Amino acid sequence: MSVTDNGNERELLETLSPNERKILPFLGKSFDELCKLTSLDEVAVLRALQFLENKGLLRLRMEDKLVVVLDENGKRYVREGLPERRLLDVLTKHGSVAMENAAKLAGLDANELRAAIGALKKKAMVEIKDGKLVLMAGKDEAKKKMLEEIFLEKLPLALDTLEPQDKYALEMLRDRKEIVKVEKRKVISYELTELGKRFAGKKVKLDLIEELTPEMLKTQGWRGKKFRRYDVVSAVPKIYGGKKHFIRQAIEHVRKIWLELGFEEMEGPLITTGFWNFDALFTPQDHPARELQDTFFIKGKVGKLPGARLVAEVKKAHEQGIEGSKGWQYKWQEQEARKIVLRTHTTCLSAMTLAKLREADLPAKFFAIGKTYRNETIDYKHLVEFHQTEGIVVSPDVNFRHLLGYLKIFFEKMGFSKIKFVPHYFPYTEPSVEIHYLVSQFLFLLGVLASSALLWIIMG
Amino acid sequence: MLTTFRYCARQRHGCKMAIINLPREDFEKYIKLTDEIKEKIFMFGVSLENVTDESIELDVTPDRPDLLSFHGFMRAFLAFLGKKPGLKSYVVKDGGKSYEVVVDKSVTGVRPYTACAIVRGLKFDEAKIKEIIDVQEKLHETYGRKRKKVAIGIYPLEKIKLPIRFEARRPEDICFVPLDFDRELNGIEILQRHPTGREYAHLLEGMKKFPVFVDSKGEILSMPPIINSELTGKITEKTRDVFIECSGFDFRVVSKALNMLVTVLADMGGTIYSMKLRYPDKTRVTPELMPEKVKLDKTNVERLLGIKLSETQMKKLLARMGHGYEKGYVLVPAWRVDVMHEVDLIEDIAIAYGYDNFEPEVPAIATTAKASAMEEFKSKIAELLVGLGMLEIMSYTLTTKKAQYANMLADENMARPIEVLEPRTELSILRENLLHLACKTLGDNVNAEYPQRIFELGKVFSHDEDGKSETGVREEERLAVALAPGNFTEAKQVLEYLARMLDIKLKFRPAKHESFIEGRVASVLLDGTQIGYVGELHPAVLRNWHIKMPAAAFEISIEEIFEKKFCKN
Repeated sequence: MSVTDNGNERELLETLSPNERKILPFLGKSFDELCKLTSLDEVAVLRALQFLENKGLLRLRMEDKLVVVLDENGKRYVREGLPERRLLDVLTKHGSVAMENAAKLAGLDANELRAAIGALKKKAMVEIKDGKLVLMAGKDEAKKKMLEEIFLEKLPLALDTLEPQDKYALEMLRDRKEIVKVEKRKVISYELTELGKRFAGKKVKLDLIEELTPEMLKTQGWRGKKFRRYDVVSAVPKIYGGKKHFIRQAIEHVRKIWLELGFEEMEGPLITTGFWNFDALFTPQDHPARELQDTFFIKGKVGKLPGARLVAEVKKAHEQGIEGSKGWQYKWQEQEARKIVLRTHTTCLSAMTLAKLREADLPAKFFAIGKTYRNETIDYKHLVEFHQTEGIVVSPDVNFRHLLGYLKIFFEKMGFSKIKFVPHYFPYTEPSVEIHYLVSQFLFLLGVLASSALLWIIMG
Repeated sequence: MLTTFRYCARQRHGCKMAIINLPREDFEKYIKLTDEIKEKIFMFGVSLENVTDESIELDVTPDRPDLLSFHGFMRAFLAFLGKKPGLKSYVVKDGGKSYEVVVDKSVTGVRPYTACAIVRGLKFDEAKIKEIIDVQEKLHETYGRKRKKVAIGIYPLEKIKLPIRFEARRPEDICFVPLDFDRELNGIEILQRHPTGREYAHLLEGMKKFPVFVDSKGEILSMPPIINSELTGKITEKTRDVFIECSGFDFRVVSKALNMLVTVLADMGGTIYSMKLRYPDKTRVTPELMPEKVKLDKTNVERLLGIKLSETQMKKLLARMGHGYEKGYVLVPAWRVDVMHEVDLIEDIAIAYGYDNFEPEVPAIATTAKASAMEEFKSKIAELLVGLGMLEIMSYTLTTKKAQYANMLADENMARPIEVLEPRTELSILRENLLHLACKTLGDNVNAEYPQRIFELGKVFSHDEDGKSETGVREEERLAVALAPGNFTEAKQVLEYLARMLDIKLKFRPAKHESFIEGRVASVLLDGTQIGYVGELHPAVLRNWHIKMPAAAFEISIEEIFEKKFCKN
């Protein structure tokens, strides 16, 4: 905002917040002085200066600078007096004191006393004679503030702005225990613009309404008064709203798509038996997926198997095959199927659903969305827990083209119109298809979106 | 599928893929690697992972170990492209009397089966030796299940004297120089000292006798499935003829592995010779390269794929997948291990037909959509809490003991955590509650903006004492809410708002709970059943999680509410 004529100048004054108005008379002084003069804290002064910068009155500069600040003991000494000051006070009063009484009289511990005597001896203000501490300086001299004291009161000071006497004091105090320290700080300074120079020093006496209160509304106290103008352009602090987790949002989106296609949701446990997770899905028992390094197994638990007929059928399917299959031809072990696993896919739900399905229920369409597990190390593309979705269509006359049809429409609804069907292998689907989606005009295939998201079987 | 990044090649479950590298120069002697050919590789069911000037990296699915070598892949792929279609036949010559392996009955309980062959007239160069070593390794890794099901040995014939014996001996009676060693070791020493021995020692664990192949001079050729002899087990560029053995526990499996190997060697220019295997009960002859006859019903093909095909078309498609066809029967190559049902052949026909060429169709199957009532209920609760400006979190269901117990001031000695075996991360137990994870989230976000008002909906796990479940684990849907800064009143306000909106009546009773401040925690009751807790978190809990704000929280069972509300009758 640039303001030149008087009308605008007035408007500008009307936009000043109470803190800006407080600062204006002192504008030009250093940041630390502003804090002291206005009795505002640093944050309030900084914010007011930022507002003034927005209005074009000044340019703020923040620099990292080395600054001398009070350390723990330093803060205390500013309140209570340096040890040498306290010792001097005692000596001024008594002229001399026995060494053994000095500490007690001055309220110092042994270390402090040693430091105080050292400092005063350097200045030739005391001497030790016959076990007594004797004041050598005149009383006026002793009462005068030492450079170290003046220095401490001035802190914090930027290291590069120290005057010779400050440097001397720093030299004296630096090696003493936790009196001062040098640290990196943000130092705020500013430079007035032409506009700022015109306003600097001005006292603004405007009777402006800061905030409209219920009381004012009641008494109509706002009548005949002006409201302070706000800076309606500058940024306001961010706020955050409540939100569903993005995975829930994604799940709800996918659920909606399945429902639009007429599918029924399957639910079931996250923890299941090897039987449902693997055996019922024709995954042989020596399959690498069934090893500890791939799948989470629960310690010390043995599961129950479903009805004997189903178990016998699954066993037969593995050992010698059923319905024209040769099977895997190995000895199927019940104990392997009884192991408890954290489900590695939602397909175990499909297996459970199919096992319960009767011919009268057909045709049927099911879907599942759920958490699944893999024993992985976590990195940017692997998680131990993640979500999957799948659908299954059961009807006497569905075929491969129908599978592709459902996949196509599902992915279209997901926002992937350009997909490609690619052959793939899964132990429990035949034929199997993998979906690739195109991310640009290049014909090349990038990324794999899903495994056989849709399973299907032919019944009847 | 939602977390799509999961599906990098290695992760597709039920599907340990194997990477092979084809020398690009050799590949391009047959076909130029154009974009079109790259796509054909995908449409053949093999993933093209990476291409450089030197090599073509492929990811092969575990059902096709026969593709795990340059020659094996080229044979199948050239057929698929229509360049060399049909069943490839190989001549197997009879090697005569000394081409014999005596299988001693001592191997019966140890490693009972072997299938062997000899291939002659090979010309090895560096590339071919590498291919042979690679395919051996890949087969060991995949089809051989890390040498458990199949172990393979290939030996230069000039170094050994036929016939061969396959027998089991006590480990201390086995003495030979293993590969890459310069002195003799006995069976036990090999398992302890040789790097390969140590890696596979578990495969011979607990056995009193170890299997060995011995030639007629008494020279030990190898100790399967561990290692070959340095003297007889190394192929060089001078090798012309080789003896191959595959050993394992299933004759069909070792025989298939042999078929894959000899056909690759034959494709390299060798001539295959059969061997007689004198088993204690009968004599077998390997390799058995006669194709297998599998019945295929054309109507099943048409019904499953939704397309019409003439028999000639079908025959042509099968030829593109390397199969022969004769009057209703498919002649399946002897090196294919994945054909166990007609449907596997139908899939091959689909691949040859081209997945691109199928017209996708959504059938007119009218069914009624139905969402899970519990999931809808959870969404409803999420909406209510979001309306209060709260942010939903989703934590892992796996957690750590420290997080679940020590950090929450719970006594770990009294706990019975449900543990998973050999986790790869520190997450080793199933969560019993959501509360500690809400605290974890607050602790992870101490530098973010306040107020932080979070909730989580999810399952917790406990031991199923009634034995109702198949797994011995009870799963329960819960809701947790945490407010920072927050006090008891604020937490209870949220809970009571929720109860009003869900039209349920909650009661509160002073309670004790180690994670909350004493006197500022209540149990939450629904129709007399305790369904959870609400309270101000204990300062020691906050400190354990490095939370710098006072916080209040509650956790309740959604399942109890759901059942009371929807399953009353």
